[in-house]
Amino acid sequence: MATAPALKDRNRRVALYALLGALFMLGLGYASVPLYRLFCQVTGFGGTAQRVSENQAAGVEVSAATMSVRFDGNIDRDLPWAFRPDQVTQTVRLGARSLARFTARNLSDHPITGRASFNVSPDEAGKYFNKIQCFCFTEQTLQPGQEVSMPVTYYVDPAILKDEEARAIKQITLSYTFHEDKEATAALAAKGGAKPLDRPANAR
Amino acid sequence: MATTAETFQAHGDAHDHAHDHDHKPGFFARWFMSTNHKDIGTLYLIFAIFAGLIGGAISGLMRLELAQPGIQYLTLWASMAEGKDVSMDSALHLWNVLITAHGLIMVFFMVMPAIIGGFGNWFVPIMIGAPDMAFPRMNNISFWLTVAGFVSLMLSAFVPGDATGNGAGIGWTAYAPLSTYGSQGPAVDFAIFSLHLAGAGSIMGAINFITTIFNMRAPGMTLHKMPLFVWSVLVTAFLLLLSLPVLAAAITMLLTDRNFGTTFFDPSGGGDPVLYQHLFWFFGHPEVYIMILPGFGIISQIISTFSRKPVFGYLGMAYAMVAIGVVGFIVWAHHMYTTGLSVNTKMYFTAATMVIAVPTGIKIFSWIATMWGGSLEFKAPMVWAIGFIFLFTVGGVTGVVLSNGGIDDNLQDTYYVVAHFHYVLSLGAVTALFAGFYYWFPKMSGKMYSEFLAHLHFWVFFVGVNLIFFPMHFLGAQGMPRRYPDYPAAYEYWNQIATLGYKIMAVSMVFFFLNILYAFVAGRKAEGNYWGEGATTLEWTLSSPPPFHQFETLPVIEDAHH
Repeated sequence: MATAPALKDRNRRVALYALLGALFMLGLGYASVPLYRLFCQVTGFGGTAQRVSENQAAGVEVSAATMSVRFDGNIDRDLPWAFRPDQVTQTVRLGARSLARFTARNLSDHPITGRASFNVSPDEAGKYFNKIQCFCFTEQTLQPGQEVSMPVTYYVDPAILKDEEARAIKQITLSYTFHEDKEATAALAAKGGAKPLDRPANAR
Repeated sequence: MATTAETFQAHGDAHDHAHDHDHKPGFFARWFMSTNHKDIGTLYLIFAIFAGLIGGAISGLMRLELAQPGIQYLTLWASMAEGKDVSMDSALHLWNVLITAHGLIMVFFMVMPAIIGGFGNWFVPIMIGAPDMAFPRMNNISFWLTVAGFVSLMLSAFVPGDATGNGAGIGWTAYAPLSTYGSQGPAVDFAIFSLHLAGAGSIMGAINFITTIFNMRAPGMTLHKMPLFVWSVLVTAFLLLLSLPVLAAAITMLLTDRNFGTTFFDPSGGGDPVLYQHLFWFFGHPEVYIMILPGFGIISQIISTFSRKPVFGYLGMAYAMVAIGVVGFIVWAHHMYTTGLSVNTKMYFTAATMVIAVPTGIKIFSWIATMWGGSLEFKAPMVWAIGFIFLFTVGGVTGVVLSNGGIDDNLQDTYYVVAHFHYVLSLGAVTALFAGFYYWFPKMSGKMYSEFLAHLHFWVFFVGVNLIFFPMHFLGAQGMPRRYPDYPAAYEYWNQIATLGYKIMAVSMVFFFLNILYAFVAGRKAEGNYWGEGATTLEWTLSSPPPFHQFETLPVIEDAHH
């Protein structure tokens, strides 16, 4: 058995290692946020659609097989906009570039900046649903009463036919939800001198 | 255990006596500023019994409401709590508060303090021949942080949870968005803060146990000679150390999402509520092993003692716990089969979950093999231990059923799940706690309890809890969802039986407290080793209760096979 001071040192060392282990796991907990986002983007997990460039899109071969795509538009519960797809479904050839349009209208009396979140369903299709251009890539600001047509260009990767889990899919739903970007809206209000939204302080 | 310990005396008797009377601090210093591992263990046990009474009373309220379809009591209770007539929404909010409080209290303030803080603190240092824990002051902080956490949780019941009433109604899992913009009142902040405090206390406790077990073993007490209870606490401490910080991260993100405008779990800012579930269950699954592994250790000591044999397959038993701990970290998504996982992901988590049945099976097998051919003595702790093996096996079997991703799609969030986790925790961990209590109570208090009352407690408890939880398998298989205070009349029959079971279980608790009372008032004085030759670990070489400071001269552990 070690003498008392030596034991104290050894105890401190073990405790320090253990503490470092705990801090490492704490860091891992926070690191999981960007890692999870990356994981979703790479694997299409949770129906995360892919973003591709014009060049990548140009290199895809068009297949004879077709896929039905359904469109869905939602708004977050306290966003005073109307938002819906112009077409309910499109039937597209795999690999062929298609254009779909959504219409958004600001129903309030002040400018509002919104940002759309999106995913596709079934989840397995996320890896193969590629967007070339989308209104969801940037923030959208609508003036009071303004109506805007919002385009999305996309294609469904023919590789979906080679995926055991995804090849049985006959229809993919592309869904958007518009959320208010509170900070951007507040900045607009400050600049334009418009009255900010009258909301209780504890509201989200 | 490959060691015999009765061959030496740690202290001369007269020396013990001097310690007993001369060096104890005064009441306040002893109990409120305690740095003595045995006193802190006692504090933890008293605290856990107190918290268990509250958590158990809450489950009684829930069983009362669930005895019949319709809402019988909730509106009345909510009106009493608020001091005015309340709406149905407020009554239903009260239900959410009750299930949240029951879960959090039982997990964080009953099972964990009792099994790790209580028995772990009391017996880990003694069993490895150490004078105390490595960091006695930190031990004190751990305990009082746990108490502070409990106070914070209790306070949450008196501040608004959401627009419909007081208290945090978020479930013990605190899923976003219910726990973020679904419950905007400060009650949820109090509940989250309570987890921060209890978690910090537990992490410190884990560091303390790891250091104590690695550095403070007596000469000759190698890792492979440590009693299995010490092994179980060592594995548990590692699970705590590696899983609790992840919970801390997740609930801190909840706090900032709630109060400081971050969007970790809010889609409007690019977050994802499912990420919270991943983080929670990355902690939550190891957490269930944190609650049961020390129980495994206690049962191993008891079965060995009352079979008068060393545990069958000692090394297999120790490494089975290590294996359960390791695999426990890579199965978390079996709690999330219905969140849209792909078939391949589900297949992995199904297979990985089922693998845990192998080391668990090794343990069950080895307990039975220890009893096989042993000189069995059915004293109260042994009866509780055998009851544990039966109940835990039932819970384990339904666990294998639920591990199947396909079956779980059907049983997710039904009473089948409630039956499963109460069989392994409420019946498993709590039965192990009572087994340990009856095994060590005379050692801790110096007083023998009534063997008759202990047996009576067991049988009434055993009948009661099985009546509560076995019918829940049927209810769940028929599709009754959990977390609702109401149900269609078709489920009434088995719900009435479950409520009857609760009443029987409650009666058994009267015998438990009567027994403690009996022990202190009329109990015989306990000898040093009141279980006889089967009890071979170091605590049985000391007097009952042990001297205030033990092992000032370190014991030397000799190999039994010399």
